[in-house]
Amino acid sequence: MNRDDYRILSKRFGTKDGHKLSVYESQGGYTALRKAVGTLGAAAVTGTVKASGLRGRGGAGFPAGVKWGFVPKDADTIYFMVNADESEPGTFKDRFLLDYDPHAVIEGSIISSFAVNACLCVIYIRGEFGWLVDRTQKAVDEAYAAGYLGEDILGSGYQLDMIVHKGAGAYICGEETGLINSVTGRKGQPLIKPPFPAVSGFLGKPTIVNNVETVASVPFILNEGVEAYRAFGTEKSAGTKLFSVSGPVRNPGVHEIPLGLPFRDFFNDWLGGMAEGETLKAVIMGGSSVPILTADEAMNTRLDYESLSEAGTMLGSGGMIIIPGRCNMVELIQVLMHFYWDESCGQCTPCREGTGWLHRLVRSLRRGEGTLEDIDLMSNVCDGMAGLTICPLADAAVMPMQSFLKKFRAEFEALVHESKQPGPASRWAREFRS
Amino acid sequence: MNGTKGPGDMNASTAGAIAFALTAEDHTAFAKIVEKYPNRRSALMPTLWLIQDRHGYISDEAVTWTAGQLEVSEAKVREIISFYFMYRDEPQAKYVLQVCHNISCHIMGSRSLMTHMEKKLGVRRGETTPDGLFALEGAECLGACGMGPCMLVGKHLYEHLTNEKADEILESMRRGEPLPADTDRDLED
Repeated sequence: MNRDDYRILSKRFGTKDGHKLSVYESQGGYTALRKAVGTLGAAAVTGTVKASGLRGRGGAGFPAGVKWGFVPKDADTIYFMVNADESEPGTFKDRFLLDYDPHAVIEGSIISSFAVNACLCVIYIRGEFGWLVDRTQKAVDEAYAAGYLGEDILGSGYQLDMIVHKGAGAYICGEETGLINSVTGRKGQPLIKPPFPAVSGFLGKPTIVNNVETVASVPFILNEGVEAYRAFGTEKSAGTKLFSVSGPVRNPGVHEIPLGLPFRDFFNDWLGGMAEGETLKAVIMGGSSVPILTADEAMNTRLDYESLSEAGTMLGSGGMIIIPGRCNMVELIQVLMHFYWDESCGQCTPCREGTGWLHRLVRSLRRGEGTLEDIDLMSNVCDGMAGLTICPLADAAVMPMQSFLKKFRAEFEALVHESKQPGPASRWAREFRS
Repeated sequence: MNGTKGPGDMNASTAGAIAFALTAEDHTAFAKIVEKYPNRRSALMPTLWLIQDRHGYISDEAVTWTAGQLEVSEAKVREIISFYFMYRDEPQAKYVLQVCHNISCHIMGSRSLMTHMEKKLGVRRGETTPDGLFALEGAECLGACGMGPCMLVGKHLYEHLTNEKADEILESMRRGEPLPADTDRDLED
């Protein structure tokens, strides 16, 4: 197959005026919605999406159709939310979808809302994407004017309203209960599950939260059918996936590939290998929160949920960060630990304190004030965080930290040995032990 | 959130801060927001955005007004302003330059870019120029990882930054005619 044959989500990327309704309609846009509300009905839509094997593209990889099925059948008011908070470092695919193809996202959102019988759909866009909020709102206005939103959509009797909600700079709002809290007008702090949002979410009503890429996949599945979708990918990882690639490769950017593609092929054929003068040292496959792979490990894995799990990491959001040979790993983990410390919402002690400890320990090591004991202490702090908090932010900090320590320990130790004044244990380390 | 909030050095530009007042147009926009959301509390974030977009920041008067309109306590409004990094409760520089310092931009050279901009503007990260024209801030991932280093100014991103490109952008802002940002395209029909 030609590489362009895999482009089902990204086929309008770069198309002139692809973000406008007229262009979208001229390329078959909104036919899937017509089909869904006209002939299929909600149950058949859910069934089709379930059968397609579409899994949540935000990071967790939970089957979308199964998630929809959790909404109680007797619920009177149901909400649907589209997670465009896209804040995972290394990830910028949802931004491309909303930028180049907002109507595909909107159509997918309407169909998904219809499948769960939601009365209101909220597209939550991170505050840093100010221009994208305006562009998406414009597209939503177009969809209203064309009768794809509002009362009696396409004469089916189904009514749906859509709000474009602008975040205001908080990574934690990408977690679904944090996102719901944020739309409620509260701090974006996650909630303990259960109850799961599908049972009790926004304003205490059943709420489904799906990633932008997940809903954008739905129109293709309804138009072309389960078989056509499953022709891409593997048995358990069906379909195509957008990877946002950053770092010094020849072709960074958003690339759509069939799941299961060997990383080696992706790296060589899609990314064109490393840029002039750079070497490959390591790869973060699915956004900054997943364990890092060395170049060798990366070259021997495939890009799908199962293979990456076997390799000891995760597909995550598909935010692939290519790390070149010139980079010091302690310097990079310092950047990440600052991020998680900055973005911890503060409600769980292991995360609030743990991310601060890690940040300060790495910083003191970088300042030449660290000891070998500090390196062990980093592992210890990680053990006191993982799995002990309401949401996965603590795990998201621990996974890179532990994998960097395990795979690049020599670089941490070198900072101790290079230090001209080894001196007493760092101030932080002494405080932690006391 | 542990991050420092807003530029620390606000002087020249803050003189004579305007009192909070909404125009008729603002009131219409506010009414539309309240109508869209299922309850008044959930209209809080968009209301704060409306105020900040029109006035540049959210003043004490604006907090009081918002709390009254949306039937929440002033403490709850302030809580939202302090939790979310992008809401500002003091007057801002004309151009707030937020340079991404997260991993992908770091790999592509954002640290040296920041150093360069600090020198060029004569302020350190987190500070505002004495004329109130520029505030220089570090930012976490801005979602332009494949196009880094990048910088957010208002609603738009400048991408693929080099020292030279940054100089041109700063110069254009000094002239009052900012160069179009990389995301500023095709928006008008």
